[in-house]
Amino acid sequence: MPGFDFSNYNRNAALCARGMSLPKATSTGTTIVGCIFDGGVVIAADTRATSGPIVADKNCEKLHYISPNIWCAGAGTAADTEFTTALISSQLELHSLSTGRKPRVVTCMTLLKQHLFRYQGHIGAYLVVAGVDPTGTHLFTVHAHGSTDKLPYVTMGSGSLAAMSVFETLWKPSMTRDEAVELCSQAIQSGIFNDLGSGSNVDVAIITADKTTLKRNYVKPNERVPKLRSYVFRRGTTAVLNEKIIRKEDLGNYVSVHELSTAAAEEGGDDKMEVDT
Amino acid sequence: MAMFSQNPIMNGPSYSFNDAPRVNGPEGARQHRFDPYTDNGGSTLAIAGADFTIMAGDTRLTSGYSINSRHHPKLFKIGGTTADQKDATIVLSVVGFMADGEALKERLDTICKMYRYRHGKPMSVKACAQRLSTILYQKRFFPYYAYAILGGLDEEGKGAVYSYDPVGSYEREQCRAGGAAASLIMPFLDNQVNFKNQYEPGSGEGHALQEVARRPLTRNEVETLVKDAFDGAVERHIEVGDGLQMMVITSTGIEEILLPLKKD
Amino acid sequence: MDHRPQAWGRPRDDVYGAYDASYLQNSGPKTVTQSPVVTGTSVIAIKFNEGVVIAADNLASYGSLARFTDVKRLRVFLDSSVVGFGGDVSDMQFLDRHLNELAIDEAYDAAEPTPETPTSPGTLNAANLHKYLQKLMYRRRNDFDPLWNQILVAGLDAASKPFLASVDLRGTAFTSPSLATGFGSALAQPIMRKYAATEEDAARLTREQAVDVVKECMKVLFYRDARSLDKYSIAVVTKAGVELKENEQLERQSWAFAERIKGYGTQTV
Repeated sequence: MPGFDFSNYNRNAALCARGMSLPKATSTGTTIVGCIFDGGVVIAADTRATSGPIVADKNCEKLHYISPNIWCAGAGTAADTEFTTALISSQLELHSLSTGRKPRVVTCMTLLKQHLFRYQGHIGAYLVVAGVDPTGTHLFTVHAHGSTDKLPYVTMGSGSLAAMSVFETLWKPSMTRDEAVELCSQAIQSGIFNDLGSGSNVDVAIITADKTTLKRNYVKPNERVPKLRSYVFRRGTTAVLNEKIIRKEDLGNYVSVHELSTAAAEEGGDDKMEVDT
Repeated sequence: MAMFSQNPIMNGPSYSFNDAPRVNGPEGARQHRFDPYTDNGGSTLAIAGADFTIMAGDTRLTSGYSINSRHHPKLFKIGGTTADQKDATIVLSVVGFMADGEALKERLDTICKMYRYRHGKPMSVKACAQRLSTILYQKRFFPYYAYAILGGLDEEGKGAVYSYDPVGSYEREQCRAGGAAASLIMPFLDNQVNFKNQYEPGSGEGHALQEVARRPLTRNEVETLVKDAFDGAVERHIEVGDGLQMMVITSTGIEEILLPLKKD
Repeated sequence: MDHRPQAWGRPRDDVYGAYDASYLQNSGPKTVTQSPVVTGTSVIAIKFNEGVVIAADNLASYGSLARFTDVKRLRVFLDSSVVGFGGDVSDMQFLDRHLNELAIDEAYDAAEPTPETPTSPGTLNAANLHKYLQKLMYRRRNDFDPLWNQILVAGLDAASKPFLASVDLRGTAFTSPSLATGFGSALAQPIMRKYAATEEDAARLTREQAVDVVKECMKVLFYRDARSLDKYSIAVVTKAGVELKENEQLERQSWAFAERIKGYGTQTV
């Protein structure tokens, strides 16, 4: 049966019951938003990844590629958002090659919700799916348990309420591209400054019928303050207790080294991928 | 399906333990119990110099993922005779559960004031430090959930820093970081204030290397270290930020400095 | 019939049966409220150049049931401060009664109000009241018998500057240019912080601006807080006293976006 391996489930439950804590996953305690405008859709995200109260990554990417015209903003467990979007991106690519058509946003959303529903919320991916396809502009949210929503403006993550307060005060129907980008950026910044799970910079992706523009670090309102002093140590400050140098030519004494001929390497990578036409 | 029938939560434990996973009560009812403690985040720091002590703390007050206040001081002058504490000589910093921290501050302040009225002189830091330990231990079985640091000048006019755990164990130290980002700041302080892990280059081989000689830091150096320590903590700890409150205790009085920190 | 004075005014045992005194027993552990039952949601408030605006809706919920729709959660204290209650309504009513007693005691000690100082000088101002409530709440948490509320106190301090502070069921107290309890701390606070990020910003806000911001926040809360109501109370506290309006209705709501939504996924009709 394809899918995840549950063979350690009972062992883990047993360890857990005896008081061992499970390893902590990096979570993107996050603000992500999306907003439809006339002619396309904008999604945006902050760039802080946390592990408990510690900032794990100050400038991570939460906008994930699905297909050229569909992008996804992810909140929740970092690994789950990355692998789920990569998996569905791959399935969608194959489906697109097989049908010879551009992928549709509803297809992506349906694949995501069916995948997530199958795992009953254990895959902690909370996503904003946005894109433009031949049927029009679309914006969805997908929750970890598999439910979806279709709205003109959406927010998710720990900063979703802070971001939503911006949409609920400033959103209006039929906006221009620039208005939508500014609104999404404001919503993310509301999350950055009011929600501790969100921080650092604003990433924005603008999707229209003809192209997708990814603006990485569109706003950087939290540049690091320079240190007042230099903390460079004089060479030799750290005590060296033991030193051993292995030269490249002596490497053969420790491991076996085989030179690979370039011809053999090419031979291995010779089988071409078959593509349905 | 055999795989899922092994699921202990679905079919009861298929293994033997003393403590099976806890499921919700009957009809999914959850017992709600009052927890008298919360953690309000934030961090504090104190460094003793030759003739001064610098205390510092960020001014953010949090609960969970939200910011309650961007300007809530963690540093308090103790034992002055007026409401604005302008003749105080001791500073207390508290971090942890702020309601307990502030109750502790008020207990200690009152005691210091009583001492001053009775004896006609301010309490020494040494005496005040011992008294604070007693106050904390008196609540051994319902502790003040607060990490306190007491700073001042000792009888010889040297900088003194006393640090505490929530139940009253205390120690005089050269420097101490407390609260949420203590584990981030303390190693930096060990290295920069006490010159730990620093050796004189070329002074010997391996274990024979000479440690960098300890020297008292100047006030300017310490202020710089404090600011850099907090800028670093703000980068990597979500509960630290907004503002930096510093108090410099010298023989001429206590000077207060407020600096901005990042607000994200 | 028993005509002894001890039996006067008591239900007759031969008619009603013996009185069940079991609940009066004082052995065994004392039990106290350990969770809120009927609750009020957010209270929000913001400072402006010469005072504070505070608001709370008129709903008391019983779990997810909108149980009482005409409950006033703002309370005026000594014509000079306003206390807003979030959380358990019975604990709010207990505190209300307690504050009434306090106000009466204070009134005995107060100097006669004069035209120059119409709000009884020398009595408890908002800062004093907040400190009092903080001590009360902290004491109750120490006794493991908490009053399940988060409270905002709005008014003026001893220097007649705008004062706004909060205290919760654990006695944690803090102040800020704008404050909100419950859901409001996530939804309304980001909006209010845009207008009053610092004390200086708040000191530049006019009364009209502050009222508009609070009304906007109440609207957003009604949109997104499932335990909220479109009927609310709003009070403005200044040196001149308190203006409390208890039956305001949310205005200019917009649900236009709803018409364009078709389903939640693949539906198009």
